[in-house]
Amino acid sequence: MYYTGIDIGSTASKVVVLNEETMVDHFVLPTGWSSKETATAVAQRLKDAGHPVDGGEMKVVATGYGRISVDYAAKTVTEITCHGRGGYALLGHDCTIIDIGGQDTKVITVEGGTPSSFLMNDKCSAGTGKFLEIMANRLGVDLTELFALAEAGHPLAISAMCTVFAESEVISHIGAGERREDIAAGVVESVVTRVVGLCTRHGLKGEVFLTGGLCDSAYLLGRLSEKLGVPVQSHPMGRYAGALGAALIARGGKKRTI
Amino acid sequence: MAKLPQNFETYNEIRQKGFLRMKELKDQGARVVGIFCTFVPVELIYAAGAIPVGLCGTSEDPIPAAEANLPRNLCPLIKSSYGFALTDTCPYFYFSDLVVGETTCDGKKKMFELLNEIKETYVMQLPHVRTEEAVQFWKGEILRFKEKLEEKFGVTITEDDVRQAVRRKNHERDVMLGYLELGKLNPAPITGYELGTRVDASSFSFDLEERCAQVEKRTQEVRTDWEANYKGKSSDRPRILLTGCPYGGVRDKIVKAVEELGADVVAFDSCSGTREKLEKIDPEAPDIYEALARKYLNINCSVMSPNESRTQYVSDMIDEYQVDGVIEIILQACHTYNVESFSIKRCVTEKGLPYLNIETDYSQSDKGQINTRLAAFLETIEK
Repeated sequence: MYYTGIDIGSTASKVVVLNEETMVDHFVLPTGWSSKETATAVAQRLKDAGHPVDGGEMKVVATGYGRISVDYAAKTVTEITCHGRGGYALLGHDCTIIDIGGQDTKVITVEGGTPSSFLMNDKCSAGTGKFLEIMANRLGVDLTELFALAEAGHPLAISAMCTVFAESEVISHIGAGERREDIAAGVVESVVTRVVGLCTRHGLKGEVFLTGGLCDSAYLLGRLSEKLGVPVQSHPMGRYAGALGAALIARGGKKRTI
Repeated sequence: MAKLPQNFETYNEIRQKGFLRMKELKDQGARVVGIFCTFVPVELIYAAGAIPVGLCGTSEDPIPAAEANLPRNLCPLIKSSYGFALTDTCPYFYFSDLVVGETTCDGKKKMFELLNEIKETYVMQLPHVRTEEAVQFWKGEILRFKEKLEEKFGVTITEDDVRQAVRRKNHERDVMLGYLELGKLNPAPITGYELGTRVDASSFSFDLEERCAQVEKRTQEVRTDWEANYKGKSSDRPRILLTGCPYGGVRDKIVKAVEELGADVVAFDSCSGTREKLEKIDPEAPDIYEALARKYLNINCSVMSPNESRTQYVSDMIDEYQVDGVIEIILQACHTYNVESFSIKRCVTEKGLPYLNIETDYSQSDKGQINTRLAAFLETIEK
């Protein structure tokens, strides 16, 4: 029997396949404009790998912003619970999880292997992956390049809370001939400040763990660690935390790790 | 999950049906007093032979119009109430001979000054403390309100009139409380959506005794149904206590949503919930006006300081209603409830229960995000 977690985020869709003992597959696809089509693409990819979703040998749990589009899922669970469960499985103990998603950012307290409380940013993209994406776009770079630029820069002030206004600020900085490195550093700093604010409001318990698509950035981890005053960890599988959590929920039972 | 009864009517349907009845009553010469808040001692309105009616303020429709005169960053309930009056779209406001406001929060207090330019708005000065001096001051305000009603309607309100009104209103509080306490039954035989809607809309049934009879009938039906079909069974649906700001304007966005996601809202610590209905007034009190003053000052609204009695009440309700989780609703820019939510959260988490705070307004723009938060909150409650 196979247990698959599908995390359809606003930017990327992550998939983890487990059996009773271990992880047998994981992959990521861009979400594109239609989460329905992404769900179909995921099903095709699983079929090609020899794990058809409709063969009776597979249980699917969907999560993420596009979770309702996965019509072959047995169940949908919110990304908050899935990141909590998946993060715990990767780290091996209770912790606080920060997930900077494409649409929203969450701080999740994990106790006893499962989320006990959480805080999510308000209906606004400031402090989310979307904010970084828009600003990177404006600077003509991708996210990896944005972090590389930022590392070589001194942050310029980007004070607006609103993404649209912040973009205007970035445009003003470009117009004033400021260095791209300094603008990029300012952009990252703006997100870090928002995320730290969310963490302060919620409170941090135990080790802090960054999951989601941005967890591979050593620069971001460093900035968060410094501002929070505690080391923020990540894991090579961190971006799959939501999908892994969903797969673990699909598998059920008492086992909280892979 | 408990189902809505076949003849269930939504708040808006009942509100609209009330328009015609109100017009008939007005044509027969009825006196009508429009109110916004549970701090207004409606006993005096009944004693004056008038009908109190709750004015509209739970729809986002008139908010853009209100924002022409009011700041955008203001409580949606205040903007909606004012907007209805400004656009003349609340028939109850139209039919009111007198509108009564009260200085509960700063936003309402200043809004009433503008409302007074549209229709005479009488404002009761509510103290925000429960000292003996405050009781005496509030008693003075109650007497001033009595004189206002006498002058407005050309009547004399006797002490006996007030005592009689106290008896009738006490009875109504008991009936509504008996109904809301159906939420104590486990598993829940009735949706929180129905519980809340019926109580909130009952003010559009203008005959107090008829209103009581209808609610008592439903209470009995639900009790019988519970005995026959629910008693002794178990349910995996989390039992939710709702606390915080008046929630009428977010009834669908929060109460309906959380029940559709698999929980039961069983208890309401809110203006229209049990909060105001627990404490009754002794109709034989030597000084009936002072008795009124004491009762109303004891309402656990966050405008009061200190207001520890609310935290204690929430704690008691958690036990009495066997609550699994608490959701607090904060309407945008409501400072007093927003600040007080710190104490409520602390009380709830110390009892080992999950707590979710949702700050929102009447718009639908955060519906998706709220649904995710509600769903994730319910997922933290494992039953």
